[in-house]
Amino acid sequence: MQLPNPETLLSDISKKITALIKPDTAMIGIHSGGVWLMERILANLEQEVPHGTLDAAFYRDDFAQRGLKNQSQAANITFDVQGKHIILIDDIFYTGRTARAAINELFDFGRPASVSLAVLINRGGAELPIQPNIVGANLALRSNQRLQLWQTTQGILNLALENTEDADHV
Amino acid sequence: MKILIKNGRIIDPKNNIDAKQDLYIAAGQIVGIGQGPKGFTANQTIDATGLIVAPGFVDLCARLREPGDEYKATLESELRAAAAGGVTSLSCPPDTDPVLDEPGLVEMLKLRAWRHNLARVYPLGALTQKLEGKALTEMCELTEAGCAGFTQADYPIIDTQVLWRALEYAATFGYTIFLRPEEPFLAKDGVAHDGEIAGRLGLKGIPSAAESLRIAAVLRIAQETKTKIHFCRISTAEGVALIREAKKNGIAITADVSIHHLHLTEHDIGYFDSNAHLKPPLRTLRDKDALCLGVKDGTIDAICSDHAPVDDDAKLLPFAEAEAGATGLELLLPLTLKWSVHHKVPLSHAIAKITSEAAAILGINSGDLSVGAHADIAIFDPEAHWQVVQTALKSQGKNTPFINMEVTGKVLYTLLNGQITYHSKMESI
Amino acid sequence: MYNPQLTSDGKLKHLLSIEGLPKKVLLQILDTAESFVGIAERDVKKVPLLRGKTVCNIFFENSTRTRTTFEIAAKRLSADVINLNVNTSSQSKGEAILDTVNNLIAMHTDMFVVRHNQSGAAHLIAKHVPDNISVINAGDGRHSHPTQGLLDVFTIRKYKPDMHNLRVALVGDVLHSRVARSEIHALTTLGVPEIRVIAPKTLLPNQVEKMGVHVFHDMKVGLKDVDIVMMLRLQNERMTGAMLPSPQEYYKTYGLTPEKLALAKPDAIVMHPGPMNRGVEIDSRVADGGQAVILPQVTYGIAIRMAVMAILAGGSA
Repeated sequence: MQLPNPETLLSDISKKITALIKPDTAMIGIHSGGVWLMERILANLEQEVPHGTLDAAFYRDDFAQRGLKNQSQAANITFDVQGKHIILIDDIFYTGRTARAAINELFDFGRPASVSLAVLINRGGAELPIQPNIVGANLALRSNQRLQLWQTTQGILNLALENTEDADHV
Repeated sequence: MKILIKNGRIIDPKNNIDAKQDLYIAAGQIVGIGQGPKGFTANQTIDATGLIVAPGFVDLCARLREPGDEYKATLESELRAAAAGGVTSLSCPPDTDPVLDEPGLVEMLKLRAWRHNLARVYPLGALTQKLEGKALTEMCELTEAGCAGFTQADYPIIDTQVLWRALEYAATFGYTIFLRPEEPFLAKDGVAHDGEIAGRLGLKGIPSAAESLRIAAVLRIAQETKTKIHFCRISTAEGVALIREAKKNGIAITADVSIHHLHLTEHDIGYFDSNAHLKPPLRTLRDKDALCLGVKDGTIDAICSDHAPVDDDAKLLPFAEAEAGATGLELLLPLTLKWSVHHKVPLSHAIAKITSEAAAILGINSGDLSVGAHADIAIFDPEAHWQVVQTALKSQGKNTPFINMEVTGKVLYTLLNGQITYHSKMESI
Repeated sequence: MYNPQLTSDGKLKHLLSIEGLPKKVLLQILDTAESFVGIAERDVKKVPLLRGKTVCNIFFENSTRTRTTFEIAAKRLSADVINLNVNTSSQSKGEAILDTVNNLIAMHTDMFVVRHNQSGAAHLIAKHVPDNISVINAGDGRHSHPTQGLLDVFTIRKYKPDMHNLRVALVGDVLHSRVARSEIHALTTLGVPEIRVIAPKTLLPNQVEKMGVHVFHDMKVGLKDVDIVMMLRLQNERMTGAMLPSPQEYYKTYGLTPEKLALAKPDAIVMHPGPMNRGVEIDSRVADGGQAVILPQVTYGIAIRMAVMAILAGGSA
């Protein structure tokens, strides 16, 4: 399967995200892919936008089965969430559970005015009634395929697809 | 009842016999070895092919828990355990409730034991009243009632003057004093050997010095009072050395060690296993090696089971709070054999440690297969493996650090006075 | 090798002692605690990891401080907390420790935090609980206080990240201290090269060197050039047990004063598990001084306890 160029996708969604920015907008990147994307987007903006990061590790619904993953990070949100229009940024949207967890964690910081979700790729397979508002590309992948985004040392984004033994979806 | 035990390997250390011979029993006595009396026809024949025929074992310390502690064990259950272990004579300490410090109590115990007809019981009387270490007991009366000697069990006398006088009084009549050497203040509240393991586990330790100091003190007192002393349950290398030195200087003392201290060390406490909570405590590898060597070279005269059945609840407590002790009557044989194999000691020499030597210490007429002796016999298979599980033990106490382990050496028949008190294929007799 | 604290695939099942914990597990706890530190600064100081679970503090030995920190930690993970002070309830009527535990198991709790005055109590309880219950040792006799050992090395790591280059001194009653034992095991597991114990002979366990420490009796020599000074609390019983003559003499010989602290490295930090005996083992000028990290220890203690509970409650991937 031919994978789209993530740099191109980033360019696409950057434009759409920029269009959403209002005075009360803040951005939150979801570790770790969403954080890289957010940093790239912020670098290209002319205006200062409040931003933070979160991991959602402590809000996941699979803790009882899988425990904590190794590198959990605490949320880093230093601005007041109350009344803000939050744009959540993540790299790959799959079942929607990460988004659900991120929203729950976000709400512990305050009551936002609205929450939008921007992702680089929607790989299909949503298990909850949650959909991203901004999508770079839609791909239809099987459960035994794993899609990963990574960043080279020069900061270039790359995508890879591999087949897995079990349905190891997130 | 005339019994013929044929084809067995007879090991009788006292009479220096180790040979394949037949054994003839009549009217509760041994009437012939190798050759029977004229006209002997057996009512029963036991085929002892491949088995050892030895004198019934003599255990210097087995607690029967009566009177007073019947929830832990009863005379019946423990005497059955003795028979299952091949033990036909045993000595029990006076740490019962009430303490065996009155002739009436001793007579009662002896009578009740005799009625069970499973083993000969030789109680040790309390050296001081209620074991409190203050006033002397009526040692003459108690001896007449059947005590084989006197002891303070696990309650060493604090007042040295009282200790001196007790030993001196006993020496007047030639009584043997059985003492487990432990300096009471150094051992107070201690539950493990005072060393590396107790340090790591945070358990209060009893230093080796508690034993050696007391041995030295008792030796010095006995030198003056001329008392016959038997040291019980030696646990330290220092103790073995002191006893060896004393014997070399011609002092008439004897000593025993428990089966546990010949095989286990402080490491066997593991993750606070209360089955390894014993008195005296399990000590270091060095101590264990010295004890094994001490038995081999005769410094330590006898091996005993130190049988102490404990109810399950009393062991299901944090280590220090758990009651000390392990069930041992049924492990006396296999653990003595294990020691002998490991240290390349001839079988006859090993058997002596639980028969003739022990009998000599108690001053009883047992522990040998002389013609005319009581037919107290243990017939065992030295190669038979069995697993130490609860259902295999006849004792009411299932508490042992050897639980679930496999041991080698199984008694198949035990005879007391020429009667079979235990047969391994039987469930009840 | 059977290890009562770990599952057959090496995951933490109970936290009973630091001795026996592989380095990997120790680091996992420290790293997880790192991510919990920030939660105390939020408005909503909670995460839902233990939501719906019940943590039972079974304290057979009283301690309001430790019990409170475990309670806070459990609540920050959204757990329900039950506190059982066994002194004041059925234990005083002579109920056996396992009977108390069995009653609590029948009430369907998920995690036990146990403090007892006997060494080995937590091990005994862990041996008897069903598979779905985890036991955390909050202190057993003189044996172990693993969460204290963990929070202490966590604190050290915060202030002195290069553990492989440190000189640590533990001062005081090592003989009776479960905290000292846990600290020594944690430091040796993490590869701290030099661990010193400074105490009079009567307050040191027999053969303490076998635990991997250097013994000093002269505090002025023992403190020279150390990076970390860990003070242990002196209890009154030591005077009545003929181990020490008086708190005054103890303060003179083993108390941490600014003058003695000056012998350590200039950037050395001072730690104490609490509660402090001011004027006995530690001078107030030191306790309140710039080198003391005693209050941060308390804060990190909550994060460590949250980490332990989270790791125990989570499944294994």
